[in-house]
Amino acid sequence: MSDNNDKKGIIRGIPHDTIEQSLPILAVFVAILVAVGGIVEIVPAFYLDDAEPKVEGVRPLTPLELEGFAIYRREGCFLCHSQMIRPFRDEKERFGHFSLAAESKYDHNYAWGSKRTGPDIARLGKKYTDAWHIQHMRAPRSVVPESVMPNYAWLEETKLDTSRTKGRMEVLAMMNVPYSADDISNWESDLKAQAAVDDGNGEDALRARYERKTWTNSNGEVEQWTDSFTPTPLNVRAFDADASDVTELDALIAYLQQLGTHVHFEEGVDYYHDKFGQPYRK
Amino acid sequence: MSTVAAKEEYNYDIVKFCVLTGIVMGVIGTAVGTYIASELAYPWLNLDIAEISFGRLRPVHTNTVIFGFGGFLLYGAGFYMVQHSTHARLRFEKLAWAAVALWLISMICMWITLPLGMTQSKEYHEPEWWIDLMMAVSWVFMTIVYLATIANRKMSHIYIANWFFMTMLFMVTYIFTFNGMCIPVDMTFSYSAYAGIHDAMTQWWWGHNAVGFFLTAGFIGVMYYFVPKHANRPIYSYRLSVLHFWSLTFLYVWVGAHHLHYTAIPDWTLSLGAGMSVALIFPSWGGMINGMMTMSGAWDKLRTDPVMRFMVVALAFYGMSTFEGPLMGTKSVNALSHYTDWTVGHVHSGALGWNAMIAIGAMYHMITRMWNTEMASAKLINMHFWVHLTGAVLYITAMWGSGVLQGLMWRAFDSYGNLVYTFADSVAAMHPFYALRAFGGFLVFVGFCIMLYNTLKTVSAVKAGSNVALSAAAKA
Repeated sequence: MSDNNDKKGIIRGIPHDTIEQSLPILAVFVAILVAVGGIVEIVPAFYLDDAEPKVEGVRPLTPLELEGFAIYRREGCFLCHSQMIRPFRDEKERFGHFSLAAESKYDHNYAWGSKRTGPDIARLGKKYTDAWHIQHMRAPRSVVPESVMPNYAWLEETKLDTSRTKGRMEVLAMMNVPYSADDISNWESDLKAQAAVDDGNGEDALRARYERKTWTNSNGEVEQWTDSFTPTPLNVRAFDADASDVTELDALIAYLQQLGTHVHFEEGVDYYHDKFGQPYRK
Repeated sequence: MSTVAAKEEYNYDIVKFCVLTGIVMGVIGTAVGTYIASELAYPWLNLDIAEISFGRLRPVHTNTVIFGFGGFLLYGAGFYMVQHSTHARLRFEKLAWAAVALWLISMICMWITLPLGMTQSKEYHEPEWWIDLMMAVSWVFMTIVYLATIANRKMSHIYIANWFFMTMLFMVTYIFTFNGMCIPVDMTFSYSAYAGIHDAMTQWWWGHNAVGFFLTAGFIGVMYYFVPKHANRPIYSYRLSVLHFWSLTFLYVWVGAHHLHYTAIPDWTLSLGAGMSVALIFPSWGGMINGMMTMSGAWDKLRTDPVMRFMVVALAFYGMSTFEGPLMGTKSVNALSHYTDWTVGHVHSGALGWNAMIAIGAMYHMITRMWNTEMASAKLINMHFWVHLTGAVLYITAMWGSGVLQGLMWRAFDSYGNLVYTFADSVAAMHPFYALRAFGGFLVFVGFCIMLYNTLKTVSAVKAGSNVALSAAAKA
């Protein structure tokens, strides 16, 4: 701390000597300075419409898919699989259309991942059959010899714990995921209907709820899709090929089979910029 | 000016506890790291047991090395250097012990809950909300103790190491709090308060600044105390330290966006992140140069003192990884490096090269000073140095190789415009690199075991009175 009495210091006019002799001044400067970057980069996205261009078709997960998402998170799948396709030619060839911001707008927590030890699965839905997924979860190397994925044999042996399903939906509804009171109160029949463990009577009600075009969140904000848009049909079946009970594998495959299928991409439409360079809006 | 506290009046008990715990954390963290690295090379090691499968065990590794090893080093070195650089005994010692105890309890809870699958799924912020709360309370206690001790200093100026530490304490409070915002469903599960792009931005604001403040500002503070002290030389440039302190404090915060290049985040945010990432090389290298040049006139110590070697090589790795960081933060390089092992290699050149080596150097320094003894075996410190360095270099180069290879294989097209490789081809190509990486990690683990053995031998020799006391020159 030698030459700081030199008044022609690099930072002219600010007496650094004063700053570093006063804990309150130093502390306040630091506290303010470290806050700037985060505020500038994070806060505007909450207010700018351009940050998340609107697109039709993105719906909240059904109770069964939501449980599948929780298993995806519990097993740490996101550590090796990304769900964010970048706008590059090779990624389009390999994984499909690049991911849109709105496609993950209901994802608490986001599941984009940061590493591809395995492939991106943002558009995995309907790419493989349930039978493939069942075998792949039991023994990944039996279908992909090069794979380094662990075996997840316990998923099909474990009955799905549904004690938190309603709670999950209630918490998400609080955070403006547009689950209606009706969606939440019917969670159990919807869950069973989608896994085809009921008598088949629940399917119509389930489809009516999750193939609807009007979504209202707890703030009263309404998202209305156009008449010409047909929402992607739900997958309703015994995903683990066993209709006797709902297993964790049912939930996980239900989640995987809907990934990236909500938006209907049209040939020739630029979902990134319109011709004026503005983000796409429909 | 009031009287200067004699060194005997410092609270060393808490530092001793933190340093010993930190070394144990290093052993555990690298053991788990070696295991999960081996799982990637040899997947049968997952043994079909849910609790030890890669996806559940990986956060145990990251949290143990960052918050266990790194955390206890920061608590220990922080309590040590704040006393030495203020000539004042720690204030609110019970609060300090509470902070340390809470941190340790959090780590133990983390070891139990993560293998059970209770995770927030935000990288480096995985433990569930109630563990988060304990860590936050511990951190606030630590901050209070630290600031109160500085306020009680026996000289007019606040030493630069404490500026950096203060920056870390504040920023980590911000990012930990805001990234941790969630609504619990129950004790085992919570949902982030943000979704999609907002969650992603908040996460990487946290993710990169956990690196930028916890692992950089805090460790730079450690460097600013222990390198000059161990080399017995003054800091090279006071002005450089002022300049790079304020610029690092301001700039680091912005660069998290480079983890999200070409994703659905607005372009302007990413460009800002890329620009700031490039600019960040100046404050980073300011610290590296200041540390390195402090060695002027003391370079001969490298021949005789393996602890000095740890510190200098740490600075070299810091310089290298903070050159690599801005490179990877630019969009065109990131297009190749993102999602690949190159990122993992980069992190470990910072973590194994910079963080671990400066931490290990500071730990050896503190052990000898606090127990007033030479280490039981200088040869074992030297062996630790070479084993650790070899392991780190093998790890980093393996990940560079696999990362660049992955990136190139993914984007390779043949002359007909078809993809040359399937994704599975690239996975198969990773095997030799993953095996080498696991071996490199194993060497780092062996190094930590050597350190633990040497330390326990030293402490028991002190207890038995059979140790060699520190020379007067070293004690000064």
